[in-house]
Amino acid sequence: MVKTDPSLIAHLYRRAGFGASFQELKTLSGLEYTDIVENLLNPETIDPMETDILRRYHLELNDTDSIVPQKGEWIFRMVNTPRTLEEKMTLFWHYVFATGAGKSMHYPASTTQISMFRRVCLTNMKTILMELSKDPAMNFWLDNCENHKGEPNENWGRELLELFSMGVGMDNSINYTEDDVKVAARAFTGWTFTQPLSVYPFGAYPSQFVYKNEDHDDGMMTFLGHEGKFNGNDILDMIIPQPATARFICRHMYTFFVADEPQVPAWNIVPPQDPEAIKILTDKYEETNGDIKEIMRTLLTSTFFKESRFKKIKSPVELMVGTMKIAKTLEFPGPTLVGLANTAVAMGQNLMYPPTVEGWHTGREWIDAGTLNERINFAVGQFDSGTAPGLDEMVSEINSRGELDSEGFVNSCLELLGYVELGEETKETINESFSSLSSKETTLNTKDKLVTTLQQIVSSVDYQFG
Amino acid sequence: MTNTTKEPTLIVLELVGGNDFLNTLIPYTNGLYYDSRPHIAFKPEDVLPINDTLGFNKNANTLQEFYNSGKMSIVQGVGYPNSSRSHFRSRDIWHTCEPDKVATEGWLGKVIRDLDPNKENVLTAISISRGLPRAVVAQDVPVTSIGDLDTYGLLTGIKKDDKRAQAMSIFEKMYSPYMGTGAVRDYLKQTGRDVQAGAEILKTVPGLYKSSVEYADSAIGQNLRDVARIHLADLGVKVFYVQHGGYDTHANEYSGHEKLMIDLNRSIKDFFTDLEEHSATENVIMMIWSEFGRRVVDNGSGTDHGAGGGAFLIGDRVNGGLYSEYPSIEPNKTDNGDLAFQYDFRGFYSSVIDQWFHLDSASIVGGQFEQIPILK
Repeated sequence: MVKTDPSLIAHLYRRAGFGASFQELKTLSGLEYTDIVENLLNPETIDPMETDILRRYHLELNDTDSIVPQKGEWIFRMVNTPRTLEEKMTLFWHYVFATGAGKSMHYPASTTQISMFRRVCLTNMKTILMELSKDPAMNFWLDNCENHKGEPNENWGRELLELFSMGVGMDNSINYTEDDVKVAARAFTGWTFTQPLSVYPFGAYPSQFVYKNEDHDDGMMTFLGHEGKFNGNDILDMIIPQPATARFICRHMYTFFVADEPQVPAWNIVPPQDPEAIKILTDKYEETNGDIKEIMRTLLTSTFFKESRFKKIKSPVELMVGTMKIAKTLEFPGPTLVGLANTAVAMGQNLMYPPTVEGWHTGREWIDAGTLNERINFAVGQFDSGTAPGLDEMVSEINSRGELDSEGFVNSCLELLGYVELGEETKETINESFSSLSSKETTLNTKDKLVTTLQQIVSSVDYQFG
Repeated sequence: MTNTTKEPTLIVLELVGGNDFLNTLIPYTNGLYYDSRPHIAFKPEDVLPINDTLGFNKNANTLQEFYNSGKMSIVQGVGYPNSSRSHFRSRDIWHTCEPDKVATEGWLGKVIRDLDPNKENVLTAISISRGLPRAVVAQDVPVTSIGDLDTYGLLTGIKKDDKRAQAMSIFEKMYSPYMGTGAVRDYLKQTGRDVQAGAEILKTVPGLYKSSVEYADSAIGQNLRDVARIHLADLGVKVFYVQHGGYDTHANEYSGHEKLMIDLNRSIKDFFTDLEEHSATENVIMMIWSEFGRRVVDNGSGTDHGAGGGAFLIGDRVNGGLYSEYPSIEPNKTDNGDLAFQYDFRGFYSSVIDQWFHLDSASIVGGQFEQIPILK
């Protein structure tokens, strides 16, 4: 009994996860939409992904002085975790709190940070910003370890305000002053990490947050109009209830989960494309003091979300993982795992190496001649040679639908790929191609036709949208 | 097959990881060099001298020959103020010419835009790598990236020729312009057509190429072979970008850097020999650079990240010689133990942009910087 339109669930799973196979969609369509959303919002009720087999097959995951395998593991997790939203939110926070491994080259710190995002991703802004403030990878990335009493380093203090909470401003007004930046920096003096052991010759060991009271500036400060002797905790408490923070974080959620917005530096001059949607989200933020799970519930059940199908360009990992989930080409660890991280690099998304602290430029900026070529070849390659494990189930599904005309066959393929929608011109081209294929080569079996049609769809402009 | 266009062509070869300039061009008569590097110094008899004080690494005889024949300029102590010891940040600065803030457009991307403002040739610039280095990226500038020329192309995963041809024709139809579908779709379609057009042209390249030169089987050797094959096919490519990785020699530098020098030296030799065989050297210069040099004092087995380094320019028309001064290795004259920067890399870029491409360098590198006379 179908309670929820599977095409809506496909949309939900593309955004709140990395896509779903048609069998999953079929099963889920027996549930009410709100129940599906609840399951996504409560990952702790679902067993986490098993990693034993992964680690047995990939001994290189134990090499702490190498990060490419760890990136491969993350992609494997995106494909296989049953806690779909948890992994997508982890990626979301990686986008917002963009930290690069290339500066420290201390890889355990990077993977620890990603695990931290996974742990706190659906909690609240206070917990998340507090964990971030204590995170050694972030601490080193933005030089807070060089931020000393009497010798403040403003890097972390500035980005905390500009990129991680309030944003510069909007409508040409400003949200905070240069003096506020200086105070934010002073308040976080003494927040540093234990010096990790030398990487040579035994590899890298994790580092831990440490607070050094003797290095903390305990002078009087004025921050956003408040006076006092502030510590980092106080700064967070003053930032989090700001309407600017609500707007900034909610706009991030909108551009990541709903529809592509311009890049962050434009936000103080370009208003949101859907101010009402942002208002709905910020109201929830203010009502719950930044409870991310509550805001996500509001977002995922909203009309503007349901009506936002295919309004985003898929990021490289969304394209890769989404295609692999359907082709089922990465259900089991294998030799391709490590290379996948580099495939994402070639498409412009080097996980754990965002280009700057501002994060990746998304939307159409994912696409250039080099990356589009990689995207198409990768997606087409997943179905080539007809060996993708997902294909056999697709063939039985199509055969179960009886005799199909061209349109029926192509539509079935679109459904199998997650109810993909095509522009008229693309659809016409693929339908025509199918008719001529069927009339010219009558000996083709369902699988041949399926592979050809799937490959055409995944190489289309339309498939770049999710 | 000869190259008839004579359009200036630039090959940028990036040594990724921070090449140890001190062990590339060695101050072999300076006792401090030997004191600083007890584990990885080259003995005087092991260097290839270019004058009384400096000599090339023994594995770099091609570089020495280029220098001796007046076809190589060496920019000593190249870098920028307040050098970043981070690979990531320093490469970023070299790629974008923005030392103080993070920029998204690369200097070569802007060069390419100025070379081909109307995007008449989808192959104005080619990077031999999967994924584009920041240096060549700029808004709406098409750059082709090629992992391996022999397997390069669109839909190459489809192995059967007839099936691929069919898929390509469908692709062409799907990506043809269509009214009223929106700016983002239009942009995607244009990009798709660029990819397809570039790939179709490049497909012909391997078949056109004949050479007696057998390149070494190293990654850099094969990449430069791809550059030669494309250059000799006369497709109007004006900028090539190639990377040679592995220069982050913190440990086991003696053998690790040796291998890098051998591969680099051999591949450059093969490349220019190949071009000479086809009388195609005249319009080519090759720029070689690295994000920083390495620390003066060794760490027992290698060297850590440094500041100033060295860059090279090679070509028939290059005005060979030593530019700027060799950075001092006296401890109190170094930059915290690293070779100090003496000459701003943006001056080096400007020299190439102005004198080779005849473009306005100031808008590309962000200001006026002292240039060197790079051409004879």
